[in-house]
Amino acid sequence: MTAHPLAAARTPAESALAEQFSAGQGALPLPEREAAFRAFSAKGLPTRRDEAWHYTDLRQRLTKIAPPADAPDDAAVRKARARVSSLVADVTHFVILDGRLVANLGSPPSEGVSIVSLGEDARAGRAAAPDLGANVDAVLALNGALAQGGAVIRIAPHAKLSAPIEIRHWGSERDARSIASRVAVEIGAGAKATIVEYFEGKAGDQRNAATILDIGADAKVEHVAVVEGEAALHLESLVAKLSQGASLSAFGFISGGELVRRQIFATLVGENAKLALNGLSLLGGRRHADTTLLVDHVAPHGESREFFKHVVADEATGVYQGKVVVEPGAQKTDGGMKSQAILLSPAAVMNNKPELEIFADDVVCGHGATVGALDREQLFYLRARGIPEAEAEAMLLEAFGFEAIERVGDEAMREILRGKARKWLADRAEAKP
Amino acid sequence: MLEVKNLRVEIHGRPILDGLDLTVKAGEVAAIMGPNGSGKSTLSYVIAGKEDYEVTGGEILLDGENILELSPDERAAKGLFLAFQYPIEIPGVATMTFLKSALTALARQRGEKEPTTADFMRRVRAAAERLKIDQDMLKRPLNVGFSGGEKKRMEILQMALLEPRLAIMDETDSGLDIDALRVVAEGVNALRDPKRAFLVITHYQRLLNHIKPDTVHVMARGKIVRSGGPDLALELERNGYRDYAEAAA
Ligand SMILES: Nc1ncnc2c1ncn2[C@@H]1O[C@H](COP(=O)(O)OP(=O)(O)OP(=O)(O)O)[C@@H](O)[C@H]1O
Ligand SMILES: [Mg+2]
Repeated sequence: MTAHPLAAARTPAESALAEQFSAGQGALPLPEREAAFRAFSAKGLPTRRDEAWHYTDLRQRLTKIAPPADAPDDAAVRKARARVSSLVADVTHFVILDGRLVANLGSPPSEGVSIVSLGEDARAGRAAAPDLGANVDAVLALNGALAQGGAVIRIAPHAKLSAPIEIRHWGSERDARSIASRVAVEIGAGAKATIVEYFEGKAGDQRNAATILDIGADAKVEHVAVVEGEAALHLESLVAKLSQGASLSAFGFISGGELVRRQIFATLVGENAKLALNGLSLLGGRRHADTTLLVDHVAPHGESREFFKHVVADEATGVYQGKVVVEPGAQKTDGGMKSQAILLSPAAVMNNKPELEIFADDVVCGHGATVGALDREQLFYLRARGIPEAEAEAMLLEAFGFEAIERVGDEAMREILRGKARKWLADRAEAKP
Repeated sequence: MLEVKNLRVEIHGRPILDGLDLTVKAGEVAAIMGPNGSGKSTLSYVIAGKEDYEVTGGEILLDGENILELSPDERAAKGLFLAFQYPIEIPGVATMTFLKSALTALARQRGEKEPTTADFMRRVRAAAERLKIDQDMLKRPLNVGFSGGEKKRMEILQMALLEPRLAIMDETDSGLDIDALRVVAEGVNALRDPKRAFLVITHYQRLLNHIKPDTVHVMARGKIVRSGGPDLALELERNGYRDYAEAAA
């Protein structure tokens, strides 16, 4: 060990994480893991003094680290296999159970797709651990240090996948555990793919997941993440690099997790790259969900659009931070960001912060952020036609949320998301006295 | 059917309705005319149950029952309908979805059988045809991008579908072209029924040529200051409201 793992530990949680690292946890090759842990221990868990974590003080909130999840046993794998067989057949499924890709569970990869378990070979491991620089986010660095498993997926150049690749992040029956996993996807030039990740949270679980997308020239990728369940902690980093002419459309649906942080780091390194980041958060109870984006326009003629909707009820807190940086060389950048929140109760909180940093002179960039209540005039109109209050609210909220879902390209996926939003609204209406 | 007794309404502490009395009987078509800002829309909103207003006195009885404590949807279930002066645009809510939800909700609240989809479609199509409403309009989000006249026709379509017992029409005629005015008036006349009443708010005699009122009321400064027969509307058309400028003071 080049750095003393405990040097940076200031809290019991940080010590526990350092111990997990010292105990040899991690599926990436050792040099990558060590570099990642060094980057983490130099910073420690993020606090509100870190601008990017201003509204989610992880060091303060994370008082305890659950013991790391063991690799799933045979019984757990059998259970997962039974569940997989009930999923839609024409979709390619992979299951990451308790942080590990389970071999031969799910569909055989379709033509043009290869999948290797993280930790299976060093070359794949290195592909999953691109150098993110010394200034890498601490949680992402921690993921590199502790990822217990995951996958490296390669999509061959010019492969046009007709069905989505689904990655199911499941947990086996057990007590609360901490889970770290990483998925790296290399999308070849001119390829076309849809990748969907379902995160299912078991009560008390603490997850740190990362997805690394390396998108080749002119490739087209759609990524959808669905965060549901009752995990105590859901940390998720999506790191995307877009080559020339590449396009990425990513959507995040959040309705679960007690403390959720989705962070997206997207870099448009090639000219004419096109990025769309969209999302819908439906937050009730005392959930805290933070979506933080860092979009970096490095090359000229890039386009980025961010469109996020948040419904915050009860005593929940929503956070949206969207930062778009246009580097000096990124002339003719076209950027537009919108984040809209509806608060449904006096105790609901939304921190909405769009931000532009423009260092080039010939660019078009705009942003808008709103936080408000449901439109009273619209509510009255619906109620005057006999529609009861709860139902009228649900109709307006559905319209609000569906506007974000419309941005998803895959129609089957849109319908799945609409169903999830409807269910959330129906559950909420039912829970109301 | 409707009795408004000594109604006092304030908004942000400013009195708008100032001891208003009004009675509308079953089967009656009553017209209200009055200068801008006299409180006509306020009256219709308060009857429909809008919450922005503070009722400081009086009562509103529908068939003898005080409805002031009821929510807007409960009032609608009792047969009240307000055709808005300015219908609200609701992006993202499809017109058909809205109509179906309204009909279903009313049926549920009234303990009636919910309409089947086929039955619903048939009723909407028939009503739209009578009111010369394009089927394409029904496919759009509710009122979004509708012209002023289209919005008013959509209000009457809703009225025809929901079959209210008391319909308040707040300046439904403004914004309608001559043909649309006739179509809307025919729609209203077709609904006239001994068990149903209409409260028609308008600025113009023209509408009343098509929908013949039984009674005409003049409203000024938050009160009904004069009531009479259809001739009163003609008199107002000639003389304007100058006779009433002082009457309410
Ligand atoms: N929400 C509100 N806030 C403040 N003042 C209001 C509000 N609603 C109505 N008013 C005031 O109450 C008075 C009556 O308004 P109302 O809309 O009822 O008049 P009206 O008779 O319908 O006028 P018009 O013929 O122009 O439609 C006006 O002076 C108006 O400015
Ligand atoms: Mg008015």
